Amino acid sequence: MMSNVELAGLLDTLCPMFVLVDRDGRIQRVGPTVQKLRPDTPMRGQAFLDVFELVRPRKVTTLSALLSLAGAKLHLKLHDRPRTALKGLVAPLPNDMGAVVNLSFGISILDAVRDYALTSADFSGTDLAIELLYLVEAKSAAMEASRSLNLRLQGAMLAAEEQAYTDMLTGLKNRRAMDVVLGHLVSGNGPFALMHLDLDYFKSVNDRFGHAAGDYVLKQAARIMVEETRADDTVARVGGDEFVIIFKGLVNEAVLSAIATRLIERLQHPISFEGSTCCISASIGTALSTQFHSPKPAEILNAADQALYEAKRKGRSRNCLFSSLAHKAMPPQ
Amino acid sequence: MHGLINRAVQSFVCATYGQSCWLHVTEVAELGFSEFEAMLVYDDDVSARMLEILCAKLDRPRAELLEDLGTYLVSHPNMEDLRRLLRFGGVTYVEFLHSLDDLSDRVRLAVSDLRLPELELREMSPTEFQLLCHPGLPGYSSVMVGVLRAVADDYGALAILTHEGQRGDAEVISIILVESAFAQGRQFELGARKA
Repeated sequence: MMSNVELAGLLDTLCPMFVLVDRDGRIQRVGPTVQKLRPDTPMRGQAFLDVFELVRPRKVTTLSALLSLAGAKLHLKLHDRPRTALKGLVAPLPNDMGAVVNLSFGISILDAVRDYALTSADFSGTDLAIELLYLVEAKSAAMEASRSLNLRLQGAMLAAEEQAYTDMLTGLKNRRAMDVVLGHLVSGNGPFALMHLDLDYFKSVNDRFGHAAGDYVLKQAARIMVEETRADDTVARVGGDEFVIIFKGLVNEAVLSAIATRLIERLQHPISFEGSTCCISASIGTALSTQFHSPKPAEILNAADQALYEAKRKGRSRNCLFSSLAHKAMPPQ
Repeated sequence: MHGLINRAVQSFVCATYGQSCWLHVTEVAELGFSEFEAMLVYDDDVSARMLEILCAKLDRPRAELLEDLGTYLVSHPNMEDLRRLLRFGGVTYVEFLHSLDDLSDRVRLAVSDLRLPELELREMSPTEFQLLCHPGLPGYSSVMVGVLRAVADDYGALAILTHEGQRGDAEVISIILVESAFAQGRQFELGARKA
């Protein structure tokens, strides 16, 4: 029969986290790694259940009850801080000599190696603890690399989307963005107004002062349109000198006419560019979604277009309401 | 070639020769971008072209440059994560050398599509080893010479490393351990965690 000393020597090598308890439940010996958890209080001589709290199964308060759990998985915690969680397995010794309880950190290994400054030497050669720690670090590093790639891709995607919906010269929305906004408003059934605005005499600015002057004038015109509209209105450049403004929730023709008048007034102010004075104006056609029984984007655009044509025909620099046309394509509601 | 490898070259060049040198390489190689993504895979010839241009610009032989890359991977503060992962291989330098047989499997556990060539350690005597680098990644043995030299420093061991040339289709590195505790190595705590 092997002595306790011999047994402890064997266990030191095989499982450095063992606890040897006698038949009264007192700790006779512990493995070096277990003692490392409480370097200042020798565990030898203390009652097992005074050092370790049995978390599961809960109702065990005596050693004989503990021994009856031979082979079952125990969940334990140290009584004082740090309250490291441990897993355990009981193997009774023959002839009622007590038992060996083998412990392991389980998932608490990550905290345990830090809290107790454990090293490879604290684990048996067959323990997978070191491999687990390696894997956690390796996977974290790989995950970090993937995460930073995801962030960059997301940023690139947002920038590309933004570009796809922006008129690069003026910073306004482009035709594609206008189509999307118009589609949303139509399917949402909310009332809105649509202005089709055409810059007058723009071609002559381009012809007389060159494209740089033309570009500058377009930027100034865009700025004026943004300033004269609300933040949730949509201002889009849909062609060379053509713009569409969508007023969400606004179908009061008096208010819209006033906005149009202000827009034209401001656009008529001469714009200086490198010593030249550029003069433009604007014609506007305005249509309301409420003028159609079940409006379609193309119908409303067409209505605003007709009104714009009428404004041009009447001598430009003016706004024309679709509702005022004598021969409307569709009657108002 | 895996992005992690290209990214390692990029990081090495930027840290050692500066950003402008790296931008020169990417321009001459006509990559169309200046940053490799660590988690994407690139054509092999991109990496080969990049290395060729780099050697020409710096006027240094490829093997020498790759050895420096290997040293960088272990010893530069940018690469602390990688140094730690290598140190999990063993408590001593000799244990680390023995862990090299598992290196490609360990790498695959972390990043499943990163395939590194097989390594095989032969113990000639307790202080003499040969490392066989099997084919699959051109220049790998040169990088490994740099890695092994830097890891020896990390453990505080004194080792002499030489590239012994070809045996069969494997390249051979000879390792002579002069002293295993020559200097105080750098610290390695299992539980050290980034803030």
